[in-house]
Amino acid sequence: MSLDRAAVYDLFAEYGGLLDETRYDAWLALFAAECRYNVVSRENHERGLPAALIFCDSRAMLEDRIMALREANKYNIHTDRHLIGLPRLIPGDGEGLAVEVPFAVYQTDQEGETRLFAAGLYRDRLISAGGGLKIRDKLVLLDTFAIPTLLATPL
Amino acid sequence: MVTAAIWPMLDYSRVPYRLYHDAEIYAREQQRIFQGPTWSFLGLDAEIPLPGDFRATWVGDTPVVVNRDATGAVHAFVNRCAHRGALVRRELSGNAKEHICIYHQWCYGLDGGLSAIPFRRGIRGQGGLDAGFDMRAHGLRRLRVDAVCGAVFGTLAADAEPLEDYLGPPIMAQLRRLFDRPVRVLGYNRQRIRANWKLYAENTRDNYHASLLHEFLVTFGLDRSTQVGGVRMDGRHRHNITWAEANSDTAEFAREAYAGARVRNDYLSLKEPAMVAFHPEHGDKLNLAVTSVFPSSVFVQISNSLAIRQIRPRGVDEFEVFQTMIGYDDDSPEMTLHRLRQANLVGPAGFVSMEDGEALEIAHRASRPEPDRATIIELGGGGAISDRDYRVNDVPLRGFWSYYAELLGIEPAGAVR
Repeated sequence: MSLDRAAVYDLFAEYGGLLDETRYDAWLALFAAECRYNVVSRENHERGLPAALIFCDSRAMLEDRIMALREANKYNIHTDRHLIGLPRLIPGDGEGLAVEVPFAVYQTDQEGETRLFAAGLYRDRLISAGGGLKIRDKLVLLDTFAIPTLLATPL
Repeated sequence: MVTAAIWPMLDYSRVPYRLYHDAEIYAREQQRIFQGPTWSFLGLDAEIPLPGDFRATWVGDTPVVVNRDATGAVHAFVNRCAHRGALVRRELSGNAKEHICIYHQWCYGLDGGLSAIPFRRGIRGQGGLDAGFDMRAHGLRRLRVDAVCGAVFGTLAADAEPLEDYLGPPIMAQLRRLFDRPVRVLGYNRQRIRANWKLYAENTRDNYHASLLHEFLVTFGLDRSTQVGGVRMDGRHRHNITWAEANSDTAEFAREAYAGARVRNDYLSLKEPAMVAFHPEHGDKLNLAVTSVFPSSVFVQISNSLAIRQIRPRGVDEFEVFQTMIGYDDDSPEMTLHRLRQANLVGPAGFVSMEDGEALEIAHRASRPEPDRATIIELGGGGAISDRDYRVNDVPLRGFWSYYAELLGIEPAGAVR
């Protein structure tokens, strides 16, 4: 797959922006028709343990997450701010394009208090589909695996 | 100084908010509960299978290491050097022949005994320790250790009753059921909640909240208070099993029952319903079994999602829930995948558990300013503390407080037990 850095940068700018604006349907549209989305603690990842905090090995499961967030789950009232670093393109011969991208998410409560909620690394595989880049696999590798309060809105 | 006069009611149906917020009470809890005659879950045999394997854990505020020695025996000791009080073992897990404190390299064996001290006799006869220094008297402080089917417990109190007596027959039966085969650790998760640890100990005993706070259960028609279920306690009412049977109510009965509650019942479907499927695996109908062991250990079966939770206090205003997710050694690859998918239900991002973090934080925050006001614990009625075969009750919370009061030395005369 040819390297189009600008397209990769645009994808991650959209990714964080759409989440922070809570436009979850548009966010879902950044993923390929077949996709995976897993949030894994560094503690488990380094020990080779498979359990995840969020484990969606199909697009249907990812859509269920968003439906539950809207319809059923209750969580701390807050806004998110994603700070997404520079994508690092990982050479390889797998399908699509492998990238690693550092991120931080700050949460702000209703009274304006901001706290660092999460720091970590996205390990993604991107593919070309429908005339643009889509996320085929996303591993959210979480440095901040002592989750403050709870994890509801997507990282 | 808090005394027995703090209780407004002798059946613990009112608990003053002071007990969740007072630093002096927190200190007394550490001394009389966590360092007192209670047993705490430390870890699994399966986590330290080989000689030299160790894991670090906590009993209340006290850092503890549990390890296996060369003979296969499991030991646990306080992770604090006899010399200057530093952590001896800084890593959370690993394999070692001995434990060496980095500060002055005092060295301990896998039984916790002090085995070597650098420059013990000084250099060229100068310095070092006096000849009378007794190394045998300065090992790491040991815990008494015992296990139920591979679940290792420890206590810091020499006078604690034997583990099997402490747990009692109903809890022993539940642990034997959960650990009826060798287990495999699938992973860990951690959640930091800015609230007092006892709110969580109560929450795992609180049947009333489940389908109201965790709306996912009812929205998708998975678990309802109309199911056959209830609570079962040990003789002293300090521990509790919250249980429910799968497919034991009808959709129509549930619709009627929830009509008055502001919870929408069974109106949405998951796109991936296999995630919540229940495959019976213990020869009974239980799809929910939450076993709370006083003070801070919880053994959880939610359908095929299996876990052990430790409540780790971090001061009066914060605690960590440390959760160990497990499956069985003989699980098929398909069953392991099912458990990994179903783990979406539990933990800090769990569909049916994330709300606890928010609920306990808002309870902690709003109750702080008025410590003399009290919470109400009266679902299922006040009075005697006893097992119930219905789900809308919070009776086991009163059992928790009854034993809490006994250990803290604030049990009023004539109180229920």
